[in-house]
Amino acid sequence: MKDKIKTFLQERIGKEVPLADDDNIFELGLVNSLFALQLVMFLENNFSIEMDNDDLDIKNFSTLNNLESLVLRKLQPQ
Amino acid sequence: MQTSTIADRRAFAAFTSEHIKPYVEVYDREEHLPEELLRNLAAQGYLGATLPEQYGGQGWDQSTYAVLLEEMGKACSSCRSLLTVHLSLVAETILRWGTKEQKAYWLPALARGEKVAAFCLTEAGAGSDAKSLQASYRKVGNQYFITGHKRWTTFGQRADVYLFFAREGDKISAFLVERDRPGLSVQPIKGILGTRATMLGEVRLDNCAIPATHLLGKEGLGFFQIVQTALDNGRFSVALGSLGIARACLEDSVAYVKSRQQFGQYLKAFQLIKQKIANMITDIKAAELLCYNAARMRDEKHPEAVIQTSIAKYHASRTAFQAATEAVQIHGALGCHQELPIQRYFRDAKIMEIIEGSSEIQQVLIADYGITALGTLFE
Repeated sequence: MKDKIKTFLQERIGKEVPLADDDNIFELGLVNSLFALQLVMFLENNFSIEMDNDDLDIKNFSTLNNLESLVLRKLQPQ
Repeated sequence: MQTSTIADRRAFAAFTSEHIKPYVEVYDREEHLPEELLRNLAAQGYLGATLPEQYGGQGWDQSTYAVLLEEMGKACSSCRSLLTVHLSLVAETILRWGTKEQKAYWLPALARGEKVAAFCLTEAGAGSDAKSLQASYRKVGNQYFITGHKRWTTFGQRADVYLFFAREGDKISAFLVERDRPGLSVQPIKGILGTRATMLGEVRLDNCAIPATHLLGKEGLGFFQIVQTALDNGRFSVALGSLGIARACLEDSVAYVKSRQQFGQYLKAFQLIKQKIANMITDIKAAELLCYNAARMRDEKHPEAVIQTSIAKYHASRTAFQAATEAVQIHGALGCHQELPIQRYFRDAKIMEIIEGSSEIQQVLIADYGITALGTLFE
């Protein structure tokens, strides 16, 4: 799962840009706010989950590790 | 194109031919859309075209909605603008990010046209730089108090509910504000160049109190979550509307060059006229492919739909203005006079290059995206 998310991110921030699992993609200026919309669509589409207001904490989307945690949490039975 | 889509296009075209085209120059001149037209649009289900049936909508996909927007754009850009703000910018954004209660309360009324929605982002000092908006809010108990002044609000004169953006320090948030709230006032704006029947207004909130339940999306994420979603929806709508204008320019120009004679020949015989027609056809065909590609990707919820929508909007709006410029040139003096719709296409097309992110903003978005992620644009 993390590899899939990382591939998606790398293709959009530049494959040559080093990206560690805890790098904050917003603070590092690697993406803009339009990208956040794409990221939500990617996660929903690829992992069959649906984001709602409660998920939309920037922190959830800020690092590779946090993105993986978010998806795992969403995949758990409610 | 699917058989069902062809049938939809015929139905939309039949509607605009009967209910819009005969009156569109009056709408433009009077800078007003009549209530009867709004009732007709609502009766056809167009005001809730993409909303799910459970909320009283038609449940149409984006590809079908695209055809509606194109046909509306062809007939009347002001009518298409109503769909853009009411459905694309506001209702679809409530559908995406509203709470269960907000969806249940707002969407049926919007789908049925019982309430008309408008989008209040732009201010005198905050256009392309929307994040610099100055409207402010503060929370006291279970209420928000909002003060601010928005300009160029499409259908601001007519709306029953406004999606209003305001800030508290660094936090930008989005609120649904009913027209009858004390402290809300609307001043009509007249004299706009194009889309003249969009009933523009200045919307002022003066310490206007709304319940905390009218916050749309998460507090502080109004820009990241709500503005970006709404403008993405709006760009799609404007892209298709632009395509409609461009096609109207082309169809009217083709008809004219077959009927107008100069120097003893029909205009269609002159090579410089053929050049104009060929360029219009080629650019419009490219715009059509970009627009319907974006529609398909939006239906698939493809992550690249966002940037493909920007590309479609940029190209289609530019194409509309170029086509309108050539249509005026082909029609000569007639193209400059209100006797024909050509001058209206020209005025409306210019607006398309400015609204929902100007061409320059689209260029920055597209270039930045391509510089970092070129490969994803050509998969």
